[in-house]
Amino acid sequence: MLTKRIIPCLDIKNGRTVKGVNFVNLIDAGDPVILAKQYAELGADELVFLDISATLEGRKTMLEMVLKVAEQVNIPFTVGGGISSVADVTALLNCGADKVSINSSAIKRPELINELSDKFGSQCVVVAIDAKRIDGHWKVHLAGGTVPTALNLFDWAKEVEKRGAGEILFTSMNNDGTKAGFANEALAKLSSRLNIPIIASGGAGTVQHFIDSFTIGKSDAALAASVFHFGEIAIMDLKTQLRENKIPIRI
Amino acid sequence: MKVIIIDYGAGNIKSIQFAFKRLGVDAILSNDPNEISAADKIIFPGVGAASAAMKMLEESGLDKIIPTLKQPVLGICLGMQLMCNSSEEGNTKGMGIFKVAVKRFSNALKVPQMGWNTIASLKSDLFLGVKENEFMYLVHSFYAEKCSESIATTDYGIEYAAALQKNNFYGVQFHPEKSGTAGAKILQNFLNL
Repeated sequence: MLTKRIIPCLDIKNGRTVKGVNFVNLIDAGDPVILAKQYAELGADELVFLDISATLEGRKTMLEMVLKVAEQVNIPFTVGGGISSVADVTALLNCGADKVSINSSAIKRPELINELSDKFGSQCVVVAIDAKRIDGHWKVHLAGGTVPTALNLFDWAKEVEKRGAGEILFTSMNNDGTKAGFANEALAKLSSRLNIPIIASGGAGTVQHFIDSFTIGKSDAALAASVFHFGEIAIMDLKTQLRENKIPIRI
Repeated sequence: MKVIIIDYGAGNIKSIQFAFKRLGVDAILSNDPNEISAADKIIFPGVGAASAAMKMLEESGLDKIIPTLKQPVLGICLGMQLMCNSSEEGNTKGMGIFKVAVKRFSNALKVPQMGWNTIASLKSDLFLGVKENEFMYLVHSFYAEKCSESIATTDYGIEYAAALQKNNFYGVQFHPEKSGTAGAKILQNFLNL
């Protein structure tokens, strides 16, 4: 049976992890390669690296990091942040990334999704969608969730699927950072309307939140950052409890 | 030992090369028929669409070379599918090494299947030391039907061939290079064949 995936997300700036990471005794908690290896050994099913570098120099460092991660890590990983062309994706895949995640660039130019899935296959195209519920409507936001657009979450998700995305990473900005649980209602709606996998993001605080995202939210994978980085939830404990709750999981 | 990864423009080649490097083997990328024929072990990768990949194979003439190889050949993901008779993906004719058709998963399921699933009914030296129901990482929308050449099966709505073997030809639908230590074990077993 296909299992649900647990995905730690690492924010990267100039080749280093940004938010503090504070689990186990790492020699260098800022080194994304050491962290990635550690997460793979601890039972993570996949990893996401989000590049938040603002400079060209930072982007170059990202490619070097991707190459090192691919050399040393034996589970799949996705790279996102600042990707806006076929050339950007070619460079990342050539360094060994398995998938890329695009967000604002897809909203600005939706054809990019077609171009990427035609050239590389939809299996490596993840479209990230940041959305916020305003007056009962889920509005898609740009630029890390700061700029609202006219797009409705569910319409945009459907279009993204039609254009060839292989997966959707949905972050609810209402939930992100709250540690109060994922946006399960919206997740379930996405999952029932779309035929591609949905990754839940934003709001993880407890093991029960993960259980809910899979059972109520019908998500295929759940992504989180700080609860893992600060050791609030150990991945193996989480996976053991998910399995006890009859959720298919790889242990 | 000389290990060649066939480089025909459709592959997650870097990951495979790194996986062998972790096993202490420098696998070489090549599309040169002479070099491929002279190798001890050959990896035939592939990601993306079947029709486009098959076209690239035909243009390089490799579609004629691969079925004549005598040394162990391992097709991975789309590589395995192109070794089959045909694929529903773009109505593509394959190399016909494995006498089986490749079909699309039912629309009642999420397609692609993406993530970790188990492999069972293991019957090949490729799986020495790998336990029944071990988890492997898979990403695919099309599958080879279960048949007499199946050496492993996976269940996703339907029980299908997760791996195939005929003589010196092996094919795996999953990605051993991305499947943790169990995946590495399978690659090592392939080197040991």
